[in-house]
Amino acid sequence: MIGIEHYLTVGAILFVLGVLGIFLNRKNVIVILMAVELILLAVNLNLVAFSAFMQDLVGQIFAMLVLTVAAAEAAIGLAILVIYFRTRGSIAVDDINRMKG
Amino acid sequence: MIQAIAFYFFATIVVGAAVMTIMARNPVHSVLWLIMAFFNAAGLMVLVGAEFIAMLLVIVYVGAVAVLFLFVVMMLDIDFAAMRAGFSRNAPLGLLIAAVLLAELLLAVGAYNAGGLSLGTPDGSAMQAADKSNIEALGALLYGKYIALFEIAGIILLVAMIGAIVLTFQPPKPGARARQDVGKQIRRRPEEATVMKNPEVGQGVEL
Repeated sequence: MIGIEHYLTVGAILFVLGVLGIFLNRKNVIVILMAVELILLAVNLNLVAFSAFMQDLVGQIFAMLVLTVAAAEAAIGLAILVIYFRTRGSIAVDDINRMKG
Repeated sequence: MIQAIAFYFFATIVVGAAVMTIMARNPVHSVLWLIMAFFNAAGLMVLVGAEFIAMLLVIVYVGAVAVLFLFVVMMLDIDFAAMRAGFSRNAPLGLLIAAVLLAELLLAVGAYNAGGLSLGTPDGSAMQAADKSNIEALGALLYGKYIALFEIAGIILLVAMIGAIVLTFQPPKPGARARQDVGKQIRRRPEEATVMKNPEVGQGVEL
């Protein structure tokens, strides 16, 4: 029988894979952004699973908001990436030191 | 039974696609695997009756975000082989952190399964009525009680759109071809632009 814990486990595995992706692809900003999308997908999966489990639709409303923010984040992140590539000719994370932070 | 088979099918593929997303050598393949992961996550959501979120996932992610990624990956001319140089060096630390995170999350799931904490029961105000479809119930909630959240989400998207345009906009270089001089176009009169001719039969028109 499939219960909530199955969904939570899938969500947990997806989340961990997203975090792992950030560490494995330290040099590639595009894959890091994709890993962030995976993390947000895991969060959405958990929200929807709890929403169905608790018979409460607010979880799905919240998943929609997460989706909105994820789309906005991807658009802005990729725009920054494009102008960064235009000025520096590279997107290696190690080269991003303009602001000396 | 069939639900269990469908769940394990979607769950296996979504996890496998996520692994391939972060392991693929070519970022184009990464994007394609990401699309696969989103499709199967949408399948998982359909299984619990959240059809609208599943549809949004396919439309917004596969239709917009993944294609955006694909465009950017293909637009930037980058030597991706050099980018993977630190892959094996970063792997132990990343695997360690991933293991810790997974253990913690599984502990949370196990604790929840063993009884969990009681945070009260839903008051029923947001329950899906039996005679309503998922989309209908969500719409009533979204355009009713949560209208403010809905409008804030719209403003976030507007700001993101304006931000992306402002960031990537390049003003045209002076002297570039195909510049439009509106004043010159407006000053132009019909008499300097057109000529009336009445040529004889067999003769051409010379301009």
